[in-house]
This record gives sequence, structure tokens and C-alpha cells, in this order.
Amino acid sequence: MSMNNVGRPTRPEAAGDANDYVHPTLTGARGLLQDEALIFELNAWDKTGVDLPEAPAADDLGDLVRTSAIGLPGLSEPEAVRHYVRLSQKNHAIDLALYPLGSCTMKHNPRLNEKMARLPGFSDIHPLQPQSTVQGAIELMDRLAHWLKTLTGMPAVALSPKAGAHGELCGLLAIRAAHEAAGNGHRKTVLAPTSAHGTNPATAAFCGYTVVEIAQTDDGRVDLADLEAKLGDHVAAIMVTNPNTCGLFERDVVEIARLTHAAGAYFYCDGANFNAIVGRVRPGDLGVDAMHINLHKTFSTPHGGGGPGAGPVVLSAALAPFAPTPWVVSHEHTFKLVEEAKGPAAQAFGRMSAFHGQMGMFVRAYAYMLSHGADGLKQVAEDAVLNANYIKARLSDLMSPAFPNGPCMHEALFDDAWLEGTGVTTLDFAKAMIDEGFHPMTMYFPLVVHGAMLIEPTETESKQELDRFVTALRALAGAAKGGDVERFKGAPYHAPLKRLDETQAARKPRLRWKPVAPAPLAAE
Amino acid sequence: MKFTKDHEWVEVAGDVATVGITAYAAEQLGDVVFVEVPEVGKTVKQGEALAVVESVKAASDVYAPVSGEVVEANETLGDSPETVNAAPEAGGWFAKVKLNNPAELNALMDRDAYEAFLGTL
Amino acid sequence: MRYLPLTPEDRADMLGVIGAESIDDLFVDVPAVARRAQPVDLPFHAGELEVEREMLGLSRRNRAASEGPFFVGAGAYRHHVPATVDHIIQRSEFLTSYTPYQPEIAQGTLQVLFEFQTQVAALTGMEVANASLYDGSTAAAEAVMMATRVTRRNKAVLSGGVHPQYVGTVETLAHAAGVATDRLTAAIDAEDAVIAAIDADTACVVVQTPNVFGTATDVSKIAAAAQAAGALLIVVTTEAVSYGLLKSPGEMGADIVVAEGQSIGNGLNFGGPYVGLFACKEKYVRQAPGRLCGETVDAEGRRGFVLTLSTREQHIRRDKATSNICTNSGLCALAFSIHMSLLGEKGLRQLALVNHQKAVKLRDALAAVPGVQVLTPRFFNEFAIKVPGDAAELVETLAANGVIAGVPFSRLDPAAGLDDVLLVAVTETTPDTDIALFSKALTKVLAQ
Repeated sequence: MSMNNVGRPTRPEAAGDANDYVHPTLTGARGLLQDEALIFELNAWDKTGVDLPEAPAADDLGDLVRTSAIGLPGLSEPEAVRHYVRLSQKNHAIDLALYPLGSCTMKHNPRLNEKMARLPGFSDIHPLQPQSTVQGAIELMDRLAHWLKTLTGMPAVALSPKAGAHGELCGLLAIRAAHEAAGNGHRKTVLAPTSAHGTNPATAAFCGYTVVEIAQTDDGRVDLADLEAKLGDHVAAIMVTNPNTCGLFERDVVEIARLTHAAGAYFYCDGANFNAIVGRVRPGDLGVDAMHINLHKTFSTPHGGGGPGAGPVVLSAALAPFAPTPWVVSHEHTFKLVEEAKGPAAQAFGRMSAFHGQMGMFVRAYAYMLSHGADGLKQVAEDAVLNANYIKARLSDLMSPAFPNGPCMHEALFDDAWLEGTGVTTLDFAKAMIDEGFHPMTMYFPLVVHGAMLIEPTETESKQELDRFVTALRALAGAAKGGDVERFKGAPYHAPLKRLDETQAARKPRLRWKPVAPAPLAAE
Repeated sequence: MKFTKDHEWVEVAGDVATVGITAYAAEQLGDVVFVEVPEVGKTVKQGEALAVVESVKAASDVYAPVSGEVVEANETLGDSPETVNAAPEAGGWFAKVKLNNPAELNALMDRDAYEAFLGTL
Repeated sequence: MRYLPLTPEDRADMLGVIGAESIDDLFVDVPAVARRAQPVDLPFHAGELEVEREMLGLSRRNRAASEGPFFVGAGAYRHHVPATVDHIIQRSEFLTSYTPYQPEIAQGTLQVLFEFQTQVAALTGMEVANASLYDGSTAAAEAVMMATRVTRRNKAVLSGGVHPQYVGTVETLAHAAGVATDRLTAAIDAEDAVIAAIDADTACVVVQTPNVFGTATDVSKIAAAAQAAGALLIVVTTEAVSYGLLKSPGEMGADIVVAEGQSIGNGLNFGGPYVGLFACKEKYVRQAPGRLCGETVDAEGRRGFVLTLSTREQHIRRDKATSNICTNSGLCALAFSIHMSLLGEKGLRQLALVNHQKAVKLRDALAAVPGVQVLTPRFFNEFAIKVPGDAAELVETLAANGVIAGVPFSRLDPAAGLDDVLLVAVTETTPDTDIALFSKALTKVLAQ
């Protein structure tokens, strides 16, 4: 025979003690995970990754021309691709695994939406080109408006707000304008529950309103008696999230609306959690006057690492005349954007931003709506609620649900009572989830529940993935109760970085890269 | 040294009171990362916001335990907010206030009373 | 339904685990008056092919900028975006992640934000920049609110060169917050006029360069006058590429700079989503709106990045927050940062020169058209012209002739009495042949 004996071994060798050998790598990289410098550290000051024609100096601009260095590095295309791909691998993503951030609705982002948003007829049109040349775009806005109005049972919608908080601002400004028009400008108080998103009181304060908190009942709802006591001639509006931030439907919502209206105030509903009821419950049937809809939550437009969002606001008949410009109006098959506060929009309170809103998000959301249809959207709400209740049911024996009685809506809320005596905190538990491959749930929110853990699975998780998640959490809960504290205290062990020192970041803020002189050796 | 239920302390020398937050408060806040001290010359009333103290996750108002005019502020806290954690009842003081109503001091707790109050929390 | 993984069997099993008879049991808290057994009155679900067909139909009823001569600017600009940008922003880890609340598994996003902040600070010539706001116009409104907090004064003076829709955005918010606004008359060379309007109540003056008429201005004198009066200077820029050629606002003494960042990395998208750039002097950073990313170390001493100075923000400070903003423009900021990294200083300077050169060519071509007067003396890549008659009608006529000629100023500000003013813009994407087509069409239409 001919025998080649110089090949490589094809099974792992019995390594003995070497299996326990844990050491930092010599370069900082860890296998596929690269240690990536900042673009400012790549010695790329004189490069560019873009080929452009030559052009003469701008002699006509005299001393308006910049003569100083800007300080921007340039990367060739392959370097740029590597830089960002290496960075990307340090992020968790919904495309990778469950992302159960309560109140954030991290659902699957269909790629059809991305494809549609990139059609030149949507992506390569200018907000100020003649309206006669963008009839399809304005019609799309009109159709999106029709879907939003039909799904909410509300007569009007302002499309232009750029995110949920911007929508809140839009709603409160409409309420303010309505009060002023009716001679009720003295109403300067907004009521909001303690469990509200931080954006609610921040928005109200931005509009010059004073915020008064409404108490919550033991079962996690608005305390009607407290609400009634605090309503009065000074109250402009209430801001109530429904389903609320505890993941519960405000079962007295109709009475809340009645009391509010009887006191001459408006009912602003924070629609962040619309995903739980879309297609099944219309806020218009509950007495709501204004509600923003986060297209990046309920209607699947991507969160993009923190935006962009879109926050259209549906309005009741009483508030509709005050909606900000631009307005979409249609006549037979012609569509028009009314950009000035005159004509039909004479009472518009102003404008939320330049141009017409987040068109790129409108396209994505509309493609999503068409895909699901009325039947699919109803199923969305049902599956979102079913998934959350399933998680709640499967974890309630080990963890402590904050509101054990009755079903939750689209998210399951636990407190930290079950961790008492383990030495493990909500934060520790969340960090250990990272090691198991899951993004942590929302922690320490809402503020009304101690050590809150708010889990929102969304409807786009399969039962297999939910079971995988539940199995991981049960194992972790067992470890916490079994005294395996170290697993939690140092977690995450397997993420790109260990826990970050936020104190140092805040005490000595370094908010941009700066060239540094080489540090003297003694400093090390 | 006298104390309030909002965990401020005050120490009087002549007609000037030095004000800070208690060791208990500093521990509860966690790592202090930023302190906003009042401007010298500002007049404050007892119970009004005198300063702001921030940790990574929370911002809290420090209330004036006494009324008067701010005659000195501890500017070193700007660069070294950690002093509030290291020496809350000494170098971590916030401001010195010239008393305009010394009688207000009578209603404050002494250390024993404050310790007892902490025991009820 | 392709986006929903649960099967009917799964649903039945899960209801069993929960102990519910039907899905309706989970909606018991909904008042009877609002319970709906049937879907709402809208079409039912559709396959990918059907949706694509419908969307394509709508998109084809729009005339894309790439289809022919196109000269529209006034706050949004058609630049070439390298293919790399769109490829990277569609990576799952960037596209489908949330705000980086868990820094251990969000270092990708956080390092990008740190790089973005540094790039924006360098471009604007400022000490610090935030992690983005919605767009330029809302950033301008936020800047005015910030100036009132810093100065504890209550009035903003806005030059007549600020984009009228930016002015509208600022006025809307200022009115709600009880801040007075003094907007000066729209004029080509309007910026210096703000100096006379500064008084003891003035928290800030807001100027724009290049302004809405395209005029580039050295704002150093305005900065000195504002600061001498205890007010802040806010400089607005709607065309970020101009920073590659013109002196930065920071060099000219600005206290706060806000800009629309769409020009770099982001398409026109009919007006959004865009990306608001926000930069300021470091001493004011605790009054700044929006998220900030900062450098720190992890438990093992390795460099990492976190969101920081969060006590300014709504989720902690609630009604005392510096702004209500939560979601910002993360993905658009990423696109900006990638494009900026590809350009580098060298590419940006070159790009800016090409833009200016094109504008000079357009200026020369249009100035030769009988009846047309070029109004803007010093410009970057856009300028205003005076036409005989109504500019809005002219634009419609030219559109019918295949040329998208620009923005009639009356569309932005109908009350200004500048109905014969047309704003025209070019970029590196404008071929010389399109400039020739524009001047030819304009000559023809005006001769009729």
C-alpha cells in the first residue's frame, strides 16, 4: 500500500487538564468575534472609499472656505465593510433570537417591507417636488391613514409625528389647541398613572403642563376613585396607556373616558401597546380622543438600534380640526397635501416637523398591513396575547407574577419577590439571560412593581422558541434558588464584554474620540 | 450636627450652616456621578431645592434644611462627585448657607433621633 | 399567514397550558361594548406577490429623481449613496436590534454611535454631539428649548433665512412651551439682521448657513453679538455636505449646531426618515436633549461604550427631562456614519467641491436665460433665482416638460410675497446635460 501518514488528526485529542485552561487571547479577539478599533485609530486620515471627479477650488467663496483640518478618517470599501461587519457581530438582534423587551414589541421585521421601501418611486422622491409628480406617494399616505382610522375606529389621523414621543406631543398639542379654542386655556394639569412611560410626563411638561400622578389599584389598574378626585376644571387631559404598562387591559376604560369627558378633559391614550388589541378592539369604541401608534412596534417597521420610528396620532372628531399640517385630502382620484394652516386646515395647531413625516416607515407599515389584512392583524393580537399568557403560565410556579389573577395581555410582568434571599437581583438575573443567548426582558419598569421584569414575546415567536426560552428561564431560576449565585453576579461571562462601568462613564464623560498622547509607562 | 427626614445634615458655626446629605442617603443613592451645587448669592427657603445629586440611574433634589443665603458652594464636587460617597458628612458637603431664621434649627433632629428615624424605614 | 409561526395545534396546546377554553377568555377584561367577533372592514391577507404588485403600482405613479432633470433641494438633497451603506444597514444585527439598553450585547450599535458623535462634532466644529434626533427641523426646536434652559430667558430670534418649515416647527413647540419667537423678514441675505433684534430677554438667535435661499454667511459677528448679550447662537444647516467646503459653525463661534444629516448616507424618501445632527459646547451638555454614548471599561478593564448622562432623559427624569425624545434616528445615523467613513475628510472635501462646481455651472446657465435673475451672491450647491411671473406655475409647466425645476419659495412661505422666487439645487448626481436641458426648457417656457 501507499501510505500517507502526514495528515492532521481528525478527532479532538483527549486534552485532559487543557480543557479547563481558560486564558485571555493574545490579541483580544475571541474566535469569530474580532476586537475592532475605532475608525479614528486605523490611521486612515488620508484615504477615501469613494471615487469622485476632480473639481477646481471654490475661489468665489473667499474666506467662507474652510481651511482647518476637519479630522475625519476615510476607509476603503473593503476596510469599511469589515469594520461594520465586525461591529455588527457584537449586537443582539430579533433576527437572532427572542428579544423580549416589554413595552418595545420586538417582532419580526419582514424583508418585503425593506424591498418595497427601496422602490425608486418611494425612496428617490423629494418631499417638495410638485405634488402632481408624487400622486402615488400621497395616495399611499391616504390609504395608510384609512387603515389606521379603520383599525382604531377614529375619524382622523395626523401622520407626521416621527416617533411615539413625538406623537404624544402632537396629541397633547391638539388637546391644548382645542381647549384654547373653547376658551379653556386655563386647564394646565395632565393626569397620568405612576406606571406611565417616562415620555408621558416629559411630553406633558414640554407643553407647559403640570403632571399629577393617578394612583393604581392592587390589581394594576387606574384607581377610579383617585382619578375622579383629581379630575376638575384645571385638568386638560389624562394620559393612560392601554393595555397598560403592567401588561393589563384597563377594564374600566369606558368609565375612565366618561369621567374624563364629564370633567371637560380629553383622554390621551398611549398606544405603545396597541399590538395586543389590533384588529380586535378599536380604541374609538373606548372613548379615546387621541392615541399615537408606534409603526415600529405594532406595524413591524424595524427599530434599527434605536430608530427611526413613526408615531401617527389618531384623533377624535373633537380634536380633528386641530391636527397639524400637512393634511392629506383626496378628491376623486386626485390627492393633495395641504401644507399651510388655511382652508380645511385653518385651525391646525402648527407643524410637527419639516416635510410630511416618516414616508419610509409608511411604506413599510402599509406593506405589512396589506400582507396581514384585517384577518391577519386580528390573529396578530390574539397570538401576541396567547404567547404572553403561555410564558406567564409556564413560569408562575418558579417566578412571582406581579398580577397573578386573570390573564395578561401581550406581556407578562413579574416582580422580584421570588428572588428574595437568593442574593440574586433582577439585574443579575437579566445579565445571566445574556449568557443563555437571550436578550433580557425590560427591567425595573414599570416603576410600580419592585424589581420588575416585563416580558413581551410578541406573536412572531414559534412555540418551539417560547419553550426554549421558558426552559432557559426555568433553569436559571432553579440555579438562583439553588444558591449558584456566582453564575449571576459576574454575568454575562459569554458576551463580547463583561458588565460595563456606568459610574465611570457618567463621572468623567468621554463622549467623543480624542487623539491622545502616548501614556507614560508609569501610568500603567 | 442636625438632620432632616429627607436625609440632609446641617452643621452650624456662628450664623453659617454647612449642608450635606447623610451617609445613609449617600449609600442609598449608590455611586454619585454628578452634583449641581447652588450659585453663591442665591437665597433659599427651608424645604426648597438647594442642589441636585445624581447617580447613574436617578436624579434627586437636595432640599435646604434651613432658610438663608448661599455664601459658599463646594465647587470641588464638580470634578470629584465621588467625595459625596467617600465622605458624605465631611468633605462631601454641598453648600454653606447664612441663616436668616436660626429658629428653624430647633425642629431638626439630633443624631440619636435621626438614627431612630432610620430604624423605622 | 407567513409571519405567524403558531399552528392551530400549538394554539390549542397553549390554551390548555394556560387553562383557558378559548382565546376570548384572554380578552375578558375588554368591555363588552368594544369586543369584536369579526375582523374590521378592511381587505384580508395577501401574498408577497400581490403586495408587491400593489406597492409597485403606487410607486410608479411617482416621478423618481433619477428619471430626468431634477433640481429640488430646500432641506433635502439627492446625493449618491454608496452601495455599501445600504448593504450594511440591512444587516440583521443593525436593522433588527433595539436601543442599546444592554451594553454587553450592543457594542456594535454603541461603538457606531460613539464614532458618529465624534464625526458630527468634527464636522460641525463643536466639542460634543449627541446620538441623533429625528431630523434637522425638530433638532432646531430642541436647540431653542435648550437655550431657554441654559440662559433662563424666554425668547428666540429667528433669522429670515431659516427654512420656513423649520421656523414652523420651532414656533409650534415654542408656543406650547410659552417661549416667545421673533421671526425676521425672509430675505436672501437675512442673517446679519438678527443682531439688531437681540435684547435682554433673548435666549438665542437662530441663523441658517447656507440659508434657505442658499446664501452662505460668516456668522462670527452674530456669535459675538449674541454672546455679548448673554444669548446663545444656534446655527442651522440643512445641507451637511457643505461642511466639506465651508467654515464650520464651531469655528465661527456657534454655541449649538443643528443640522439635517440626510445628505450623507440617506435617500430622499419623500421627507423621512432623516437624521437630526445636534452638537454643542461641552459646558452645556447636561442641558442637551437625546441620547449620549460614552466611553468606559468593562469589569475586566476592556474598553466599551454605554449610553450615559441618562439622568437628563425622560425615562429617569420624567417631567423634568431635557426632552421627551426616546426613539431617535439610529439606523439613519448608522447610514450617515458609514457614508462618512467611506468619504473621509478627503472624499468629503472633494464631494463638496464637485457640488459647488455644479452649482456654479447651473448659475452660469440660468443667468444666461432671458428674464432670469440670480439672487444669491455666495452659495454652496443651491441658490435662488427670480423669474418673471409666478414660480409655482413655472415649476408645474416645467414638470410637464420633463424638468423638475426646484421649489417655488411660495410653497414654503406663501405669505412672504416672494412668489417669483425659485430655489434651485444641484449635487454631484446632476449631469451637465441636465443643466443644459433645464436652461433650454426654461428659455423655451419663458419665451412662450
